[in-house]
Amino acid sequence: MTEAMPLVALVGNPNAGKSALFNALTGARQKIANYPGVTVERKSGRIALSDGRPVELLDLPGAYSLSPDSLDEAVTRDVILGNLEGHRRPDALVIVVDAGNLDNHLRFTLELISLGLPVVVALNMIDLATRDGLELDPAKLSAELGVPVVPTVAVRKRGLDVLIETLEPQLRVKPTASLPFEERKVLTAKAHRIANSVIVSETATRQWTRTLDKVLLHPLAGPLILFGLLFLMFQSVFAWSEAPIGWIETAIAALSDGVASALPGGFFRSLIIDGVLAGVGSVVVFLPQILILFLFILILESTGYMTRAAFVMDRMMASVGLSGHSFIPLLSSFACAIPGIMATRTIMDQKDRLTTILIAPLMTCSARLPVYTVIIGAFIPARNIGPGIGLQGTVLFALYIAGIVGAMVAALFLRRTVAKGSNSSFLIEMPRYQLPLIRDIAIGLWQRAWVFLRRAGTIIFASTIILWVLLSFPKVPIDSEMTQSEYSVAGRIASGLAVVTEPIGFNDKIALALIPAMAAREVAVAALATAYSVDSGDDENATAMALGDRLAGQWSLATALAFLAWFVFAPQCISTIAVAKRETNGWKWPMFMVGYLFTLAYVAAGITYWTATAFGL
Amino acid sequence: MQLDQLPLNKHATVRAIDWAAMPDGEGHRLRSLGLEEGVGIEALHKGILLWKDPIAVRVGRMTIALRRKVAAAITCELPA
Repeated sequence: MTEAMPLVALVGNPNAGKSALFNALTGARQKIANYPGVTVERKSGRIALSDGRPVELLDLPGAYSLSPDSLDEAVTRDVILGNLEGHRRPDALVIVVDAGNLDNHLRFTLELISLGLPVVVALNMIDLATRDGLELDPAKLSAELGVPVVPTVAVRKRGLDVLIETLEPQLRVKPTASLPFEERKVLTAKAHRIANSVIVSETATRQWTRTLDKVLLHPLAGPLILFGLLFLMFQSVFAWSEAPIGWIETAIAALSDGVASALPGGFFRSLIIDGVLAGVGSVVVFLPQILILFLFILILESTGYMTRAAFVMDRMMASVGLSGHSFIPLLSSFACAIPGIMATRTIMDQKDRLTTILIAPLMTCSARLPVYTVIIGAFIPARNIGPGIGLQGTVLFALYIAGIVGAMVAALFLRRTVAKGSNSSFLIEMPRYQLPLIRDIAIGLWQRAWVFLRRAGTIIFASTIILWVLLSFPKVPIDSEMTQSEYSVAGRIASGLAVVTEPIGFNDKIALALIPAMAAREVAVAALATAYSVDSGDDENATAMALGDRLAGQWSLATALAFLAWFVFAPQCISTIAVAKRETNGWKWPMFMVGYLFTLAYVAAGITYWTATAFGL
Repeated sequence: MQLDQLPLNKHATVRAIDWAAMPDGEGHRLRSLGLEEGVGIEALHKGILLWKDPIAVRVGRMTIALRRKVAAAITCELPA
């Protein structure tokens, strides 16, 4: 029997560069799961000691102290103390501190050292401290704390070998009993004293963060820059993705041709071409756009700008009863509501948090992009309405704004009714600016791409096949007036539903697409592609025709606009509903969420359709 | 002088904090961020557009953002 792999936990204040250090040590070999019994994300990876022995490295959520303010901080405390049921206590700790912020970070360090676990301190971001004119003495710090201290620059991979070498002997040390508890005031005073004693010299240099903040937090320039950035972000989603989308489309078409020539006509050929390739392919095509969106969000986060955005937005959020804290989860929800809803845990006020969870699905997530792009591409002409400003990008921007305005109105209403509570509060640390690190961004993007492709390969793949079967049987008789999709099982279900959806301009194929889209919104596109593809039968040219061109010939502009309006509001994502249930501990709030969002979606689509029809569109 | 009245870019010291005036949890968070009696403080930014809220202050070596209402519960002293 082999000995269990030693477990080492990375722990430290938020903004100490803990995740960058974790990425630098483990590379892309990371395992993401949940802690037992709680929904906090558990990130771990493997590192090798100098003799090749593996060690499991755990990246604990950032915390300010062992007395938690949030669920994340509580997990950190419970793991370190060995109180989390079903999770073993770490054998050693690597405490990550920001060299440029020792006054504050050493208090938690002292608290951790007193627990008696073997410890190594990583004096991280030492280069940034030097940049700001601060010269420190790591040996002195080690002597003061009584534990090994290793200077590191996670983003440049400096000091990592020494860190692992220093960790090695610590793994042979047995934990000692914890020291007597010290008052927070005593710890603070001690931290300040040590922080000051390790400073060798301090020269006033140009402080980049202060200079940048003068512009980015300027009362007028700040909001203008933020809105400019957001506009650029949404324009880029369209502009930069054109070429890679073309490549993917070409590849799928080639694959389709290959299958067509390799397989004899009939059941399997239709299943693969009309079902799998038309369905899954129409979703995979959006990978470039989703990655561009995540690229922006990851850059905003890793540079330290995200908290400035929260600062800029705080007052505006306060006018609907929320705070700048809600801005970060809501901006994440533009990528996906699931991490967004999980990020609401940093909001201390419970009513604030509930409101943010309820409106998060209104932020236009990346799963809506496939739907929006197909419809916009088919119905909105690709011309410029100004230098460098395309009409299509502007319509997309307007859809995002519609979601935001809807969310704000909903928040205002919720805060006065079901989520009534004390005034919101805003209190946040603003880290120094940092250049984003390509490796960290790449790891983040790779993880997103993987999650998206896995969804495409499982949920979307399965729903597409089921839908194809329901659409293909029973076979329509040759002499029938009906099309295959109308005659099929799915078509009959849809014609029942169409009674409800016809008033808002949705034909039976749309009604049909809305059902599997409950699994994930982007399935709507796959479903439409499959439905129209099945009808074209063996007509190769029609099957190869892009979905957009086909819709342009079949839908009125009024229907297309109503369809867009529907997707601004509709809560069509089972995973989001499940996460909302987990985070609110019950079915009450997710059911409420589904109810009010469907009502909004129906009304919005209806108003859009009737207005557009009245204008003769 | 209360923190919300402190002129920009002047070094001051926190003299007293009215913890009772803070909403639940806010005082705990404020302490976690290093805001306590005796620390050096400097107002850096006040407000966005026409609002004078929130404000950004430097505490020790870090910058934190807070609302004016909470800042009003913090008494500071400018060096004579």
